[in-house]
Order: sequence, then structure tokens, then C-alpha cells
Amino acid sequence: MPLPDERGYFGSFGGRYVPETLMPALEELTAAYQEARRDPSFWQELEYYLQQYVGRPSPLYFARRLSEYCRGARIYLKREDLNHTGAHKINNTIGQILLARRMGKKRIIAETGAGQHGVATATAAALFGMECAVYMGEEDMARQALNVFRMRILGATVVGVTAGSRTLKDAMNEAMRDWVTNVDTTYYLIGSVAGPHPYPVMVRDFQRVIGVETRRQVQEQTGRLPDVIVACVGGGSNAMGIFHPFLEDREVKLVGVEAAGCGLDTGKHAATLNRGRPGILHGSKSYVLQDEDGQINLAHSISAGLDYPGVGPEHSYLKETGRVVYTAVTDEEALEAFQLLCRTEGIIPALESAHALAQAVRMAGEMPQDAIIVVNLSGRGDKDVQTVARALGGED
Amino acid sequence: MKGNRITQCFSALAQEGKKGLITYITAGYPDLDTTARLVKTMVDAGADLVEVGIPFSDPVADGPVIQQASARALANGMRVKDIIRMCAGIRQKSTAVPLILMTYYNPVFQYGLEDFARDAAGAGVDGLIVPDLPFEESEELLGHTDHYGLALIPLVAPTTTEKRLAAMAPAARGFVYCVSVTGVTGAREEIHTDLAKFTQKVRRHIQLPCAIGFGIAGPAQAAAVAPYCDAMVVGSAIVDLVARAGMGDPAPAVAALVKDIKCAIEKCA
Repeated sequence: MPLPDERGYFGSFGGRYVPETLMPALEELTAAYQEARRDPSFWQELEYYLQQYVGRPSPLYFARRLSEYCRGARIYLKREDLNHTGAHKINNTIGQILLARRMGKKRIIAETGAGQHGVATATAAALFGMECAVYMGEEDMARQALNVFRMRILGATVVGVTAGSRTLKDAMNEAMRDWVTNVDTTYYLIGSVAGPHPYPVMVRDFQRVIGVETRRQVQEQTGRLPDVIVACVGGGSNAMGIFHPFLEDREVKLVGVEAAGCGLDTGKHAATLNRGRPGILHGSKSYVLQDEDGQINLAHSISAGLDYPGVGPEHSYLKETGRVVYTAVTDEEALEAFQLLCRTEGIIPALESAHALAQAVRMAGEMPQDAIIVVNLSGRGDKDVQTVARALGGED
Repeated sequence: MKGNRITQCFSALAQEGKKGLITYITAGYPDLDTTARLVKTMVDAGADLVEVGIPFSDPVADGPVIQQASARALANGMRVKDIIRMCAGIRQKSTAVPLILMTYYNPVFQYGLEDFARDAAGAGVDGLIVPDLPFEESEELLGHTDHYGLALIPLVAPTTTEKRLAAMAPAARGFVYCVSVTGVTGAREEIHTDLAKFTQKVRRHIQLPCAIGFGIAGPAQAAAVAPYCDAMVVGSAIVDLVARAGMGDPAPAVAALVKDIKCAIEKCA
């Protein structure tokens, strides 16, 4: 049976846990999406924008020098960093904005952590002439100042969130409060495979293009499927996008990489699937970092895009079924992988993607030379250079 | 089902031709002793039912006043079990007033649905409101709350369709909490929703008393809202007084506001 079920559940995860005010809007969105999903012209238009505007398909690139460095498996990079706006996020924002337009909505709101989803939303809103407000924690605004500036140039209003940890979780709370208040006119464009049904399935469907292309490209280039696919997991949209078309291929090992921050046992991490337990946050039941009373813990990661105490419900399901293995990589390991890719391949990766790279490097050395690892290089790292400079002590 | 205090309270109000006043405070803000004392203050000043908020770290249905109160209460180390124990203490001193707990679903889920229903009912709590638990997801909790005699009170919004009202009616207990505005909790200058139409629509589908809440700041709005409902909920305006009291005693200001509102709605009766 295809998942999720009618109520939006992947096994025991998912559902809709939102204030009643929003329930009719979610029903309307679900109906509109189901109708669009069956409409070939919707997908044709999306494909047009993905090709001509985003620049798809993104290359699958054999990282020769990185592979040589690892002395093991051949590492291929799925270059989502080469998309317009510099990350996979735009695949989803174009899809959802086409849907919002179809529903007659004129105002778009979004939450953002690293700012990549905010930039991708501001971009799509500009492309279709819609009003756009992006909620962003003040802590994230400071560490991702470049993206704040980009959103403003694109005509979006960036609303700083001062509540709680002032990061992605709080930005999402505030975006939901905006939506509760302006539900009649506003489309909430969620950036990950999280949130209430139908967002997890809808965002997954829009990000699946990553895996569909990867499957074709890896077969063209190597004549077979990869042994391993590695992707970082915050909310989990880039991972779900690349994993999903491979779920039935049991021989392909799927590895999701969470942020271990300062270390899994320090309490300062964002490894929700490794260290959390099932709970309810932001509209769905999934793994959550929380205390005994169910109060949500603050996450920590050097990468703003992974700094989130929740995770998409389908990932919780894939963890429980064992189909995907979820590991974790520390800030320090991610920084090393970041530098390694810069120097071996001339590619500056996003710190989020550097977590997946670190895991791939770990695994490659222990695999034979004819093995194939695909890493989803979900974004580029221009936005992170200041953070990296500070962490390496080269500045400030 | 045995007549619980909520049902008894609304029947008594109806017999006297009066509108009820439900007052809300966030537990543990600034501390639990103050909360217990303020419950008494509000009841003495005329509150007919009392809602006690269990603070949650991510209250998406709440505006700034309750967000800040919740954050402070949690920073002070507030625990769910302490709040339930406080309710038991209140119940020992006052047998009549209906007590309602309001919190988000995750604290209830982590406590254990059955454990929560049992312990809350055992402490003398009469009702439970969970703003992020729509009826579609409430079946399991409802089984436990029904078993222990705790009323699981539904929220309905101006956006709620007739179809949804009909579907949620069988799961509604105690009274219906009608959210007056599309928005989060917090005092407002004006309420623009057509309350007559809204409450008529609700009453057509659910045969329970109607309470209106969200946005009622003081006596003037209370008087404006009274004709359409059986009771009204005042929350953020009270919590705001607690915030404004700072290190001082919030009780006199809270008592004065509750009295003013009570007086305003009695004039309407």
C-alpha cells in the first residue's frame, strides 16, 4: 500500500496535530494537491520551470580526487548545489508555488533555518509576483546574514523571531501563528518533509526528482545502481527526495546523517532519530528531541539547516522499519569534510551537505574500489564561509 | 455518565439565566503557590469555571502574553506532575468550582494518555482542552478521558465547516470552546467575527453549552460577546496582569478585572 494512508500516516507517524482553525485549510490543501497530482499539465508546467529556470537535471559528478583520497569506494556527488539559488530547496518551492497559484492564494509565508528555503521561497514568489514573508530565528539571521540580504533583495519581508532558541523551530512556530491568523489569504509553504499532512508527502513528491535523476544518471554512467546513498537529515527533505525512488531496491543501502553537534552525549546536538523519541511537534507525530515532560529540547548544530529538534514523519517510519540507517556526524567532522571537498574538488559545500560527505568519507575507506557511493550534495557553501572562518579561527 | 461539575455548573447558570465566566491562568507563572492562590482569588471574584494552563515549550496557538508566561514557568522548572498535584490541593479546599486543564498534545502524550486522564481526574480536574488535537486524532485520548470522567472539550473556529461540526459532535464533551477569531490567543481591540452566525452554526450541530474565547480583553468586549454564548473565556488579559505585577502581588488587579467582567456580563443577563 502506498504511504502515507488517507489520514497522512506512515505507519504510526504523521497525522495532523494543528489547531482547529487550520484543519479546513489542510483539507483544502490536500484536495487541491490530489487534484494537481492527477493533472498532467501541472507536472508539465513544473517540469518546464525545473528545466528552464532551476537548471535541472543537476549533474551526477564522479569526485575522482575525493575518491582517491579515501582509497576505497567511488564517490559520486548529486550536484543540487548547482540549482538556481544554490540548493535542493527550490525543487519544492516551485512545486508548491504553482499549487498556491492554482488555489488562488496571493500571499506566501515560509519558515527558514539556514535561509536556503527562505531564499528559494522568496525567489519563487518573485517569479510569480506574490507577496512573501519569511520567518527566521534571530540567531539564524546572524549566522546566515548573506541569505537574509538575498531574501530582502528578492522582495521578501524577513521577520526575525526572538522567541525560544531563536532558530528554525521557533521560526516554524511563528509561521504557524501567522497562518492561523491569515489562513484565508495565505499559503504556508513548508520547506521540509515535516509538518501536518499533506506537507510530508507533498514535499517528498516535489523532491523525488533528485532520486529519479540520480537513478537514471548512475545507471548511465556506471551501468548499475549504487551500493550506498548518503544524505544529511535535518527535517529531511533532500534525503527523502533522493532515497524515495530507491526504497524498493533492497541492495541499495540508504544512510541518513544527522547533526551530532558537539557530540551525541553532550546534549548539544540535533540527532533527533538517534537520540529522540516519538512525540508531537509542528503538526505531526514523529521522533522529537524532548525532555521527560514532552517539552521540546533545543537542538544544536554548526549548520543552521540541521539545527532542528524534529524530523519528517516518513524518516521515523523508515528508521523503525530499518530500511534507512541513521547515523550522526559532529560539527568538527563536518568542518573537516567541508575543507576536504574544497581542496580535492574545488567545490564549497553547504555545512549541511558536509555532514553527508563526512559519513561518505568514513564509509568509502572501508569499501572496495569498485563500490559506488552517491552523496546528495544538497547545497553550496557560500552562505557558510563566515561560520567556517569563525570556527577555524581565521577571522574575528 | 455521572453529571460532572462542568455540566452541573452550566445547568445552574442556565436555571438562573446567567452567563458563565471562565478564567485562565498559566500554571507556575510566576510560581505554583501564586497560581493556586490566584485560582482562589478568581473564584472569590466571580469566576464560574477555572482553566489552568500547563505550559508547553512550543505553544503555536498562543500569542505573546501566554508564550512568555509559559517560557518563564518552564524556566522555573515547572513539571506536569506538580501542576496536577496543585490541582488536587485546590480541589481539597474547594469542592464546587469546575477545574479544566489546558495544554498541548505532546505533554499529555509523553505523560501517557491513560495515566494523564487517571491522574488528572483523580486530582479532581473536570475537563481537558488540547488546542492542537483535532477530533480526527483524539479517539484514543477520548477513550481514556471518558473512562475516568474527564470531559475532553473541543475547540471550534470560525473556519470550521458544517461538515466538520457534524463529524466532531459525537466526540464533544462538557462544552464547546468557540474560538472567536482566526488567530492566536491574546487580547484584541475588536472581534470581527459574526458571532451570532458562528454560534448558531455550532449549536445546530452540537448540543452543548457554548463558550467564546480568544481576544476578550475586558468588560466592554465581555458584554458584547455575552448575548451569543453561555460562557466566555478570559485568559491573556489575566496573565498580562500577572506579568505587569512583576515582583508585586497580582491578586488585587486580577480580582478587580474578574469582578468588572462578571459585573458587565450580569448586566446583560
